[in-house]
Amino acid sequence: MAARLSQRVAGIRGLTRRFGERVILHSLDLDIHGGEFIALLGRSGSGKSTLLRALAGLDRDVEGDLDVTGTVAVAFQEPRLVPWKRVDANIALGLAVPDAGERAHRALAEVGLTERAGAWPLTLSGGEAQRASLARALVREPELLLLDEPFSALDALTRITVHQLVLQLWARHRPAVLLVTHDVDEALVLADRVLVLDEGRIAHEAAITAARPRHRDHPELVSLRTRLLTALGVAPEGRLITERQGTPEEQQ
Amino acid sequence: MSSPALEVQAAREPAGPPATHDPPPHPRSSRAPGRGGAWRRWLSPLAVVVIWQIASATGLLPERLLAAPTTVAATTLDLVADGTLPNAIAVSLQRVAAGFVLGGLSGVLLALVAGLSRAGENAVDPLMQMLRALPFFGLIPLFILWFGIGETPKITLVALAVSFPLYLNTFAGIRGVDGKLAELARTLKLSRAALVRHIVLPGALPQTLVGLRQSLGVAWLALIVAEQVNADAGLGYMINDAREFLRTDVIVVGLLVYSALGLLTDAVVRLLERRALSWRRGFLSE
Repeated sequence: MAARLSQRVAGIRGLTRRFGERVILHSLDLDIHGGEFIALLGRSGSGKSTLLRALAGLDRDVEGDLDVTGTVAVAFQEPRLVPWKRVDANIALGLAVPDAGERAHRALAEVGLTERAGAWPLTLSGGEAQRASLARALVREPELLLLDEPFSALDALTRITVHQLVLQLWARHRPAVLLVTHDVDEALVLADRVLVLDEGRIAHEAAITAARPRHRDHPELVSLRTRLLTALGVAPEGRLITERQGTPEEQQ
Repeated sequence: MSSPALEVQAAREPAGPPATHDPPPHPRSSRAPGRGGAWRRWLSPLAVVVIWQIASATGLLPERLLAAPTTVAATTLDLVADGTLPNAIAVSLQRVAAGFVLGGLSGVLLALVAGLSRAGENAVDPLMQMLRALPFFGLIPLFILWFGIGETPKITLVALAVSFPLYLNTFAGIRGVDGKLAELARTLKLSRAALVRHIVLPGALPQTLVGLRQSLGVAWLALIVAEQVNADAGLGYMINDAREFLRTDVIVVGLLVYSALGLLTDAVVRLLERRALSWRRGFLSE
């Protein structure tokens, strides 16, 4: 695995974001390397979406160094398909290459939406729309793919199939992925590296070495799950930990 | 009025419940809705005509006040035969068309200027709001002084009347475009021109079409007023002339033609709407 963690696609140094008095990101440091799959966990308001938006270039009011090399593509929580463009035109939107249409259809084939290429976005199901959104991101051949909780609105069964699809696409195209999520199990199934963001700081970091496809009862995942939940302030059985000091093994 | 939907306020946790897209109940229902029901729209006008005829035949409605539908029909044939009506219609249509094109273009252009930038809004919107508040039929005396009594004042009045609904609706449509789509455009590296072409204009289109319907209605209204004040040709002139001779049948013919033309132009917009907005999962489509 170390072999493909070649060059850095994004480097963040001392990234700070304030909204008035509130500091959302606290002088954050993070390197993202080519081809790695990072899951960014955090509770609501922890700053994880703020970080993603900064990486996507959607937030110009950040302080600190933000060095992103190469193409960045984003898939949002809501698929954000342009409703007045048919699905294939949505995929090709902004694609400045002569064979944009052809590429769009190839991308649609990859996510299994060939037969919906001519459909209006509003007629797609939630899963289809999210797959189209993934195709639109991937057709840009990004070095860094930013996923902003793209699975959170899907039903549980659809989510499982879309997880597998994302892993397939990632294995084939090898972009670096930063997945923002608040679902610990999702992070465990998908990522190489899990970061927990808390009050604008990276409070916890863990690598996952278990081979894919992963099963939830894999011992590595089971113990990591407990640690991550604790870092997020929730005991494994679901009880809220009021004194959020972190467990000893968290300081690695 | 001027919510800065396009100037996306960044970086917050996405608020509100996650958007869900349930599978549509009728996947193909967004295709052309049945047009077999169109004739049903003609039932109620037809009923009015029948009642009117009965009232005239029984003497309930004297000819002096309102001619019977049969008389109106006969008069229509006469007016068509001697060329009066086709001529009047042609003259009026030309005026409406010229005024509509002029006013429509300027309304939409001004809306673009105001809608796409804060500076444009500051420059254009206050003026438009002030002009809009003018009773524009009260401008007729001034228009006569400025433009004489030829075609210009009539066309100008129609243009003025047409421009406001299109301006207001297109402006609101542009500002109402989902800021999330503008944000998406940024991540897709769309240029400013591409943003306007692919996101802003199509996003404003439904609202612009509402403005189009309103402005077509008001165009005919403005024309009637303009043609009754000073004209020597056109439908308004024909009606005004008939009043002098108490020819209620001719007046009714003129009014009917106005309303038929109004319905016709509305039908054209409906057709346009159905084509341009076929992407919307219409709630009337099944």
